[in-house]
Amino acid sequence: MLLLLGQAAVTGLLTGAVYALVAVGLTLIFGVMRVVNFAHGALLMLGMYAAYWFHVLLGVNPYLSLPVTFILLFALGAVIQRGLLQPILAAPQHNQLLLTLGVMLIIENLALFLWSPDFRTLRIGWLEGAIPLGALLLNKPRLIAFAGALVLTAALYLFLTFTELGRAIRATAQDRTGASLVGVNVTRINTLTFGLGAACAGVAGALITPYLYTAPQVGHVFLLYGFVVVVLGGLGSFTGALAGGLLIGIGESLGAALLPGSLKELVVYLIFILVLLFRPTGLFGVPHRG
Amino acid sequence: MGEAPAPVRALSAAPKIPLALGGLVLAALVLGAPLVATPYLLRILIMTFYGAYLAQSWNLVGGYAGQFSFGHATFFGLGAYATALLFAKGGITPWLGMLVGAILATGAGVFIGFLSFRYGLRGPYFALVTLAFAEVCRIAVTNWRALGGAMGVLIPLRQSLGTLQFSEPAAYYYIIVAMTAGISMLALVLERSRLGISMEAVREDVDAAEALGVDTTRTRLAAMGLSAFCTALAGTFYVQFFSYVDPHLAFGIDVSIAAILPNIIGGTGTVLGPLAGSAILVPLGEWMRAYLGGYRGVHLMVYGAILVVAIVFLPRGLVGAVRRWWGAKRP
Repeated sequence: MLLLLGQAAVTGLLTGAVYALVAVGLTLIFGVMRVVNFAHGALLMLGMYAAYWFHVLLGVNPYLSLPVTFILLFALGAVIQRGLLQPILAAPQHNQLLLTLGVMLIIENLALFLWSPDFRTLRIGWLEGAIPLGALLLNKPRLIAFAGALVLTAALYLFLTFTELGRAIRATAQDRTGASLVGVNVTRINTLTFGLGAACAGVAGALITPYLYTAPQVGHVFLLYGFVVVVLGGLGSFTGALAGGLLIGIGESLGAALLPGSLKELVVYLIFILVLLFRPTGLFGVPHRG
Repeated sequence: MGEAPAPVRALSAAPKIPLALGGLVLAALVLGAPLVATPYLLRILIMTFYGAYLAQSWNLVGGYAGQFSFGHATFFGLGAYATALLFAKGGITPWLGMLVGAILATGAGVFIGFLSFRYGLRGPYFALVTLAFAEVCRIAVTNWRALGGAMGVLIPLRQSLGTLQFSEPAAYYYIIVAMTAGISMLALVLERSRLGISMEAVREDVDAAEALGVDTTRTRLAAMGLSAFCTALAGTFYVQFFSYVDPHLAFGIDVSIAAILPNIIGGTGTVLGPLAGSAILVPLGEWMRAYLGGYRGVHLMVYGAILVVAIVFLPRGLVGAVRRWWGAKRP
């Protein structure tokens, strides 16, 4: 029993890093633009298809196509932001939420139209099997996804903390007017942020493609879990998203080991509601800004 | 509350007699439609009014009071499931089931509202918490075998007035027309009532409304309760018309989106908005399903595109755009 729970916790931790990467993108976009991005799951799904098609059509290893996926999704995110979101940023918040919902409907159903609702899986020989760690087994593609998600999250953190552009992004998140007064081009920062957020979602998708099925609506679960993680960590908080992601990953995995059926999801949403109601600023207590 | 500045109602400046005549013609057309419509057309009309009713229910809290719920599926599902389960498992007439569902939904609406408003959840937080409640309901019902589980509930066919099942689609048509007319009247009365004005004040600025002496929490709770009650009745209608319901059809995110979308296209916080929005979206959707049905996903893709275009170009919906155009023409 203990072994079973230990295995579940480890598997959950590995998945949790991917949730964290999804949530980091969401929270970045919310922090800078105050937009709840409903299209995030759809962007993740596009990342999955990118990895899938690169492998099936061109025979490219899904991990080697990651940089291309990053660039493609970054470009798509930037276009969505500049073309659609930017003109309505002054409108009431729910209009922006609905716009991203519309984008989600378009992307998902375009995928359904182009690639059919079939579940697709990648079979890659050298990824079969698991690496033993004491009595526990680490599934190879999950381990790589874990490492990849952590590396990208860390890189993003370093970028935000130590570069001039990163500082400009953080400044915009704290105070748009102030940032633009000291010479930050807020529109360009918005575009960059949405691009980065979309790229995070895309890379997260590409990383899970080797062990999960790919389908047009696969993003829903990740979108909803992304919301849960982001709220858990505090909307707009980077480290909160990371910690929340790992926590939800472990919680979900333990829930699956202990509870029947899809009740594990129920646990996740109940945590979500409780946090929203009693600590809307998140477990990691970042105070509200604006 | 002192004298509020009168809102600009440009349409009321139009001559009254042609308007009344137009109304009579419209009423005759609506009531006479089943006599001439083909079964297919009648079905589209029923779905259009049904969409308008559902959207108007959301409008009461999402439009007038400005509390952007993303989880009206909770209330819809409670209405649908209460009606379906009481009839299918207990043989209890839907006349009673619909009341039970509506009361449950009102309770749920006030409860969710109470928790949210008490802790000051606004904007995106409120949208997310309502969405989460709907998902909790969906997952709970899916896993609860006594409630039908993932298979859903099938309604036994027994046509009579007592069981609210009819062989003639026209009966459903007149019911949903009456429901839509009723809720639109309610919205009209609300617009001119103290509660309605308080709701609009809360929508525009909660803090300012509070400072002016509006009990903002009670106002929002009343709006939630009223909206939830009406939404549950849409769930009952759905069950009676389709004789089937499952967790996704009742509590899925699609229901919440269907309640919101016509408002965004037509214009939130107006009586005509959800009606106009539904009159455009539903026939368009049916037409696309019929002619583009072979292309999977196309009709939802077009919905998404319409949503994006409406938000970018018609931020106040069709009604808002027409009002502005009318206002510009008549200084």
